[in-house]
Amino acid sequence: MKPTDISDPNYFHKVVDCQWACPAHTPVPEYIRLIAEKRYTDAYMINWHSNVFPGILGRTCDRPCEPACRRGRVEEEPVAICRLKRVAADYKSDIADHLPQIPKEKNGRHIALIGGGPASLTVARDLMPLGYEITLFEKDKLSGGAMRTQIPRFRLPGEVLDEELNYILQMGVNCRFGEEITSMRAILDEGYDAIFVGTGAPLGKWLDLPGHEEAKDNIHTGIEWLASVAFEHISSIGKNVLVLGGGNTAMDCCRTSKRIGGEQVSVVVRSGFDEMKASPWEIEDAMNEDIPILNFHVPKRYITENGKLVAMEFEKVRKEIDADGKRRLVPTGEEPAILACDDVLCAIGQENSFPWIERDLGIEFDQWEVPVLNKTTFQSTHEKVFFGGDAALGPDNIITAVAHGHDAAVSIHMLCEKQDISKRPNPLTNLSSQKMGIHQWSYDNDISADFRFAVPHADKQETLNDINIEVELGFDEQLAFNETMRCLNCDVQTVFTDKLCIECDACVDICPTDCISFTQNQDEPDLRKNLLAPAENEEQDLYVSDKLLTGRIMAKNEDLCLHCGLCAERCPTNAWDMHKYLFNTAKAENACQS
Amino acid sequence: MSYINKPKFKHPQMQANDIGLTRREYEGTLTTLCGGCGHDSISAAIIQAAADMSLEPHRVAKISGIGCSSKIPSYFLSKAHGFNSVHGRMPSVATGANIANKELYYIGISGDGDSASIGLGQFCHIVRRRINMLYIVANNGTYGLTKGQLSATADLGSKTKSGEESQFDNIDMATLAIELGASFVARSFSGDKKQLIPLIQAGLTHKGFAFIDVISPCVTFNNTDFSTHGYKNTWENHVALSGVDFVPMREEITTSYAPGKEKEITLHDGSVVHLHKTGNNYDPTDKENALHHINEHKKQGKIATGLLYINQSTSDLHELQETVDKPLNSLSNQELCPGSEALNDINNTFR
Repeated sequence: MKPTDISDPNYFHKVVDCQWACPAHTPVPEYIRLIAEKRYTDAYMINWHSNVFPGILGRTCDRPCEPACRRGRVEEEPVAICRLKRVAADYKSDIADHLPQIPKEKNGRHIALIGGGPASLTVARDLMPLGYEITLFEKDKLSGGAMRTQIPRFRLPGEVLDEELNYILQMGVNCRFGEEITSMRAILDEGYDAIFVGTGAPLGKWLDLPGHEEAKDNIHTGIEWLASVAFEHISSIGKNVLVLGGGNTAMDCCRTSKRIGGEQVSVVVRSGFDEMKASPWEIEDAMNEDIPILNFHVPKRYITENGKLVAMEFEKVRKEIDADGKRRLVPTGEEPAILACDDVLCAIGQENSFPWIERDLGIEFDQWEVPVLNKTTFQSTHEKVFFGGDAALGPDNIITAVAHGHDAAVSIHMLCEKQDISKRPNPLTNLSSQKMGIHQWSYDNDISADFRFAVPHADKQETLNDINIEVELGFDEQLAFNETMRCLNCDVQTVFTDKLCIECDACVDICPTDCISFTQNQDEPDLRKNLLAPAENEEQDLYVSDKLLTGRIMAKNEDLCLHCGLCAERCPTNAWDMHKYLFNTAKAENACQS
Repeated sequence: MSYINKPKFKHPQMQANDIGLTRREYEGTLTTLCGGCGHDSISAAIIQAAADMSLEPHRVAKISGIGCSSKIPSYFLSKAHGFNSVHGRMPSVATGANIANKELYYIGISGDGDSASIGLGQFCHIVRRRINMLYIVANNGTYGLTKGQLSATADLGSKTKSGEESQFDNIDMATLAIELGASFVARSFSGDKKQLIPLIQAGLTHKGFAFIDVISPCVTFNNTDFSTHGYKNTWENHVALSGVDFVPMREEITTSYAPGKEKEITLHDGSVVHLHKTGNNYDPTDKENALHHINEHKKQGKIATGLLYINQSTSDLHELQETVDKPLNSLSNQELCPGSEALNDINNTFR
């Protein structure tokens, strides 16, 4: 193998598994350390710069960071990264002084944002401090988009939502709320320097089965029904409720139903329980509220009596893997299941919808009616029109929308500055030694062996009785501290200087997880097999040095490194040192600097 | 020394051995030696060797004298018996322990000061007495604990960190052991675990006195370019007389070597030591030849390593003395005090 190029900003970035997995690349270990020091406000601001909505995401994020967490590879469960983020939001002090200054004198550029969800608000957050004038169009009377309409208040209290939206709106965004845009042409004619479309995926999918026409008053699409509940247009539901679908929207639908009149609420999914798309913790929360999940039930028809929905019929199936390895659902031949219901909530998916964008404006759409975009710049085929969030690449999650918003803001800023938007600004990186004394580091390397701490919940009966009571209480300060101590500090990197190495084996002998080997150089597949302990996880890199005195090389398996720093503590020549690697994606403010 | 304990997390694929223990369970406390000390690699090699052999830790006794070297037993097999004895007197304590309980594995750890200076007399006698044990000298050519004076194993012309040159010939512990009748003599290097681990396993299995002289650089006081016991000189000049593999008795021998390319030595319990030829046709069962090779290498500034000499036909102390079969602590009252008639019988033999 060739020696590893650690000057590549992505090399050490990838070692920080949580940050690498985060669409917005939040510097997770850095803020976890700050929480441990009770520097909640600083921890919050690190989040705010990266993911804009720490309090909201600390309750609702899909947490791509957690399955990636290294702790899950050396122990059972990842660090509770998401809920630690909430801790920063819960315990911070007033952040007014930490927010960017908004220039009184504007730069003369005017940007329109369509849709008031996380993607648009991120664009506003990034461009307002640069002197842009921004007009935000939102069809509802309040901003927040899916964060307001699709996430129930017992998971995300209104004041948390409003607080974080206001940090941005109060920068001086021109809010045109309650105004639905019906023509892109009209917006283009208003002469904005750029237009950002963040209208989400607002169209819930129907399940059109026999009986639908007659029963349709009691069949709702999940996202629209949740929005109606959020805006208090709906405050009750029938006693028997069936929720169709196995995603997070289905989990929110069933739990909401339970709180506004549903007594027998069941979730019904076509495929197997373990194939459900919902996050495991959301399934767990629903099951904790005594909501049964019926799997391998394929919906067949709506059953009505006297013009009113009374039940649904399901075919029972089982999973089979055919000769090509393809999974199929095969009828079991049992009697169909008839499940009584007063209301059905279809949470089987959602789609983009752009009936308001005229097709002769130069904004191209593909065969699925999804805009044709550059996935780095988020620019459409119209130079001045950008898309982000669910509107760009189809339904995803809040943190992805935020990441799109940051990237689109960079593009818009570069466009306005007449720069080539395909030449993206470099990330901001810093690699610095953490050595404080002979065996002292500026980070706490004595990691805890504790298992993951559970977040305390409010009394179940109380929360089921009131849709506005938040179920999760969040970590208290002591629990939060204990949880932070589980973080392995993967951003504190083991940096190896081959010229200093005397091949004494001290690092090999001390490494708790057998990550380090000194061996003859080979091709990567052979090397992976012939290390002290085989490196089977090919998603994780090998850190390989140049030739040493004996002609061997140092090869370190990044997969299981605990970042405990013992290799560097035992190293007599400082060939190993622990360096903290800070990585931040470039935001609009970092573009156009040259 | 490090301030934190070694985390308990281990490689998830780490396998347990035949008695259900992983290598981590053969560790001792966290080392307090200087980072980079060769002695830590000796600990690591003993840990790996013991884990691979599925040794029961409570059936091992580790005994040492005084010096950096003699701290080593703290850092491996924390569940084994241990005795950190008096300077240069490890052989006496090991002899006593071995007489009392012949069923344990004995690992004596000493250094060049402990064995080649203050304890040289003791060393000579334990070799002569053929105690069934593994005696390891962690040899760094310096008095590390007293900040780097020349030791008796420092080579002629080698210099201390402060520049003092050795004016005397060194005591070669391996040569001395062969001369005095040790039946298993090896030399290795702390940095070369591929060689050291099988030698430790073979030494532990060998019946009789097994000696390994391990060049174990003192990273703080004797790791300069003008020291013959530093990492650089040892990496550049140690020459393996043959490659060593150890196959424990319980394992089926699956590797096959081209005829003439290797030599097999079957130890008393059925374990096998494989010696791979490395160019010269080295025969470790020939004492004169062994001494010749060691000296020839030395003349060229080289360090001969590997299994230098083995003789499986000698008896150990217990056989020579016809001692009782069992450990003394398992003898019953009846056996220890057979009564006046037995005493009379004994007395009659002297009449």
